[in-house]
Formats: sequence, C-alpha cells, structure tokens
Amino acid sequence: MKMLISANDKSSSAAAAGGYNPGGLRALGIIKTVLRALLKAAVVIVCVVVVVFFIIRLVPGDPVKMILGEHSTPEAALKLRHQLGLDLPVWQQFVRFLHNLFVNGDTGNSIVYGVSTKSLIAQRVPVSLMLILMAIVISIIVSMLLAVAAATHKDGVQDHLIRVLPTITLGMPVFWVGLLLILLFGVQLHLFPVGGVSAGAGGMLYSLTLPAITVALSQIPSLVRSLRAQILDVLESDFVVTLKAAGIPKNVILFKHVLRNSSIPTLMLLGVNVSYLIGGTLVVEQVFDIRGVGSLLFSSISSRDFPVIQGIALYCAVAVVIISFITEIAAYCLDPRLKGEK
Amino acid sequence: MKQTVSISPLASNNKETLLDKIKKTPSLFWGCVMMAVMIGLALLAPVICRYQPSAQNLMETLQPPSARHIMGTDQVGRDLFARLIYAARVDLKIMALAEIIPFCTGVFVGMLAGYYGKWVDTAVTLVTNTLIAFPYYLIVIIVAFASGAGERGIYITFALVGWIVYARVIRGLSASLCKQEWILSARAMGLPGIRIIFRHLLPNVLPQAVIVLMTDMVGILVAIVTLGYLGIGIAPPTPDWGTMISQGKTFIYSKWWLSVVPGLAVVYTGIALSCIGDGLNDVWRKR
Repeated sequence: MKMLISANDKSSSAAAAGGYNPGGLRALGIIKTVLRALLKAAVVIVCVVVVVFFIIRLVPGDPVKMILGEHSTPEAALKLRHQLGLDLPVWQQFVRFLHNLFVNGDTGNSIVYGVSTKSLIAQRVPVSLMLILMAIVISIIVSMLLAVAAATHKDGVQDHLIRVLPTITLGMPVFWVGLLLILLFGVQLHLFPVGGVSAGAGGMLYSLTLPAITVALSQIPSLVRSLRAQILDVLESDFVVTLKAAGIPKNVILFKHVLRNSSIPTLMLLGVNVSYLIGGTLVVEQVFDIRGVGSLLFSSISSRDFPVIQGIALYCAVAVVIISFITEIAAYCLDPRLKGEK
Repeated sequence: MKQTVSISPLASNNKETLLDKIKKTPSLFWGCVMMAVMIGLALLAPVICRYQPSAQNLMETLQPPSARHIMGTDQVGRDLFARLIYAARVDLKIMALAEIIPFCTGVFVGMLAGYYGKWVDTAVTLVTNTLIAFPYYLIVIIVAFASGAGERGIYITFALVGWIVYARVIRGLSASLCKQEWILSARAMGLPGIRIIFRHLLPNVLPQAVIVLMTDMVGILVAIVTLGYLGIGIAPPTPDWGTMISQGKTFIYSKWWLSVVPGLAVVYTGIALSCIGDGLNDVWRKR
C-alpha cells in the first residue's frame, strides 16, 4: 500500500511540475473537492439518520406487542411504550432520537440487555473489523495474482478462465460458498475450525481465515476484471514501451511499474465495494458462528430489539459514508486528471 | 409514428433479427437454453416429480440418492428432487415478480433525473446516495424483517431498495442521450417532456435496462435465497432453495448434498441469466 501511494505521489508531483496543474491551483482544487465531498457526506448522513429513524416504523402492527408477545398485561405494555417513548407524537420521538444521537452518539438502550447500544456494538466490532480487514488483504493479493496471470497471457487459457469467473460467481450466495469451504477445509481436510473464534490473536487469525476467504471470494471477480483491464492499459502505454526498450527485465517492469500504476483504480473500486463487504460479512458471521456485529444484528432481530437494530444500521451506514468520502478525496489526490465527480 | 422511428435510430431494426442474433451469439443462445430448461422443469414439476414437495415419510429420512429418490431425502423424508424443482417454481416466480416494481420505477426515475437534470437530478442522487450508504444485505435484511418477512416482505423490500441500480445506470445514459441532436431537436420542436421521455428516450435506454435486469435478477435471486437461509424469507414448509440449504447445514458432516445441491441450482440459474445478459450486451453494443 505504501509503495503504491508513494509511486503515485511522484507521478502527480511530476505532473504538477510539468505545468499540468500549477501548485497553487492544485491546493485550491483539493480544498474545493474536500469541502464539496464533506458537504455531500454530511447531507447523506442527515438522510441516513432520517431513514434509520423511520425504517423501524415500517413494522406493521404494534412494536410493543411484538416485543412483549400478544398476551402481555396492559400495564407492562404501557410501561414499555413509555420507556421507548412511543406514547409521544412522532415529531417529539424524532427530536428525542436526534438529541440522544448528538449528545450520546447512541440510538438508545437495548431492550434486551438494558445497556447502551453503543457499548453493545463496541464489544462486537473488533471481530467483525478484523474479518473485513483480512478479507480485504486476501482479495487484494489474490486479485493481483489472477489479474497479472490473465493480462500477461492475454487471450490464453488463463485469461479465458479468469474472464468467465464473474459469470459463474455472480449467482453464488455468499453463505453457500462459506458452507462449501467448511465442507472442504473443515470437514474433509480438517485444516480449519468449522465455526466459532478461538482465544488469542493467533487463534483469532486462524479461525477467521475461512470466513475471510469466503468474504474475499465475493469481491475477487470484480476486482480482477478491473485490475486486468487496467494492467492491459498500462502495458500498452508509452512508458512501458520505453522501459522495455531500455532492456529492463519483464518481471521488474510488471511488478514494479505496471502493477503500481494500475492498482489505484482497483483500490478505488474496493472503496466503493466496502458496503458490499460489510453486508457480506454480516451474513458470513452467521455461517461461521462468529459473535460479531452480524450475529448481534440477527439476535436483535429475533428479539425485536429495535434500538440495537437502528444502531447497527446507523453505524454501518456512517462507516460507509466516511469510507467513500476518504476514497473520493484519495482518488482526487492520487490522480490529478481525475477531478472528482460533479 | 414514422417520426418516432426516424428519431430513435437504435430501436429500429431489433425485432426482425432477434432470433438470428440469438443463434449467432453463443452466450445468449446457451443462456437461453439453460434458462428454458430451468423454467421448463419448474413449470412441469407436477408431471416430473413422483413425490409432493412437502410429503413427509418418516420411514425414509436422510436417504442417500437411490432409484426411488434420485437425490435422496431430507431429515423428514421429503424427496430432495421434488423439493428442488418445486423450489424453482417458488423462487423463480418471486424473483420475476419482485423485479417488476424496481425495474419500472428505476428506469422511470433514472430517465426523469437524466432528462430534467437540475433539482430533480439532485434529489434522485441524494436518495440513491443515502440508500447505497447502507450495506446492501444490511438494508435488505432490516427492511425484509420490518415489513413482516415472507413473500410479501420480499416484494416490499425490493420495491423500496431495488430500483437504485436501474436509476443510477439509466440516469447517466439518459443524461448523455439528452445532449444528442435528435433529443435536442425534439425539445426545440416543443414536444412535451413526458412525451420525449416515453417515446424517444425510453426505446433507447431500454436495451441497457434489460441488460442490467439480467444481472440484477441474479442479485435478487441470491438475496431471496439468503433471506430464506437466515429465516426471514420464504417461510417453511414452502420449498425454497435458501431454507433447504439452511436445513441441510445441520447434516453437513454426513449428508453434504442436502446443502450443496440447492446451492448449485442457484448457481446454475445465475450462470444462465448472466450469460443472457452478456449475450444481449454483445448484440446491442455491436448493432
């Protein structure tokens, strides 16, 4: 990662020095882009808050009855209704929701556990985050290898095989792929545990390997497709031809120059896909019995723990908005030609 | 009518050669064949299957494949093949029906945003940006749960979140088409906007929308199956590939086919649909 960024810094500063985009203007451009992206992110977050508040009100029927069951006493129902603030008019409920969100950064106390949603989610985040990071690392490494194999053997057997990959994997449910991996590596080969997370850093890494591969497999086809196209593009560019003419070994050109330059758009794609990654992780946690945010979501759904469901939706969406903000800024900074979306 | 044909050059000569084009494009041809086989099996389910999908037989539970049950039986002795084929009926029907509303609204909203631009575009972009901020499966799971699980919940879920894909693609396409001369001249002639959108813009964005439809159907099928797996989709005992996989998971150590085979059915359908999508893309891109 570091290498990629430094390589591109060089090229962008070279572009600036070459009179493509004078320093002062460029700084101004960055400030403008940041402000615009920040405004966009802020507006989207406001809308996200509104959606999260109202999404629970889609539930047909009385949420209090759903929580307590049909045969609850009227007193208990009244008490819970008051505790949840459901006896207030909707606008007052919304104000309370916003107040709680701005003061505590929270969506209320869990009905089941009685503690704040924030602390409940914070407990579960490390495992899920680790899973996502491992999935990202795996998908980057595998995608690079596959894309290089495809691009260097253009129209060869490898290339064709890799190009039909998206057609096949598009219809693969991520939980089913997880089951297949459990079947192969857990049940048949006994290489990995079939579920749960072991204690300790090493144990955690080990037991998260299969789930991470599962999540990564859903990302790899689109990453390979993009990276392959980028590599082919760069391979045909003038500077590669020059390097070849200068007698620099093919592998050095490929791994030192071509891969660096073609990685940026693919990393951007990964930034865009992070929302799918998070969603996939939630489902995969369920398959491998990992007690992360995903399993919290499902247990909250089955116990109708509305504040926790709202909290998970909110934090996930805000995380996605922040990541796409960073991606947008990074895209601008790394590539002076890419002026950012309007 | 004549005027329409001359203004919309892309939509003019598609119909008469569509069958030839299917034959000439292998991916389209084989995609259609695979899909036809699947739909045929689903439609003929009562004729093909010797067993009812929910007929239990506690004397013959968890049988391996045999002459009586070509794919074996599940934990309550139901014939796996019968359940697989009847599940195709359920899942394919719901997949197709669940696409109707998102396809129509998505294409319409996308055209509106692309044609009118300005505040319409800003509003549409804001709504799509808000909805895509939620991880896809997160919002699908929450909306499906909130709208009461089951088949109805699936329709509501995709009506609410499924249109975004179309809106985003069609918005961009419409915006670029609206800069072209034939739309500009239609505008200059004083045709009302809604007429231009439906008569002239729609025929030109429809091919792209149909290509997106093919890939999106795979996405919706996978989502339906995932909801079934998680227990907030199609409720048992109605056969569904997702619940079949989830029920088979308990027996993954010994009877692996209970989970693997329904998944293969999903993958098969996915390959068929994306082949059709790829083929259509080739046919309509070349022109």
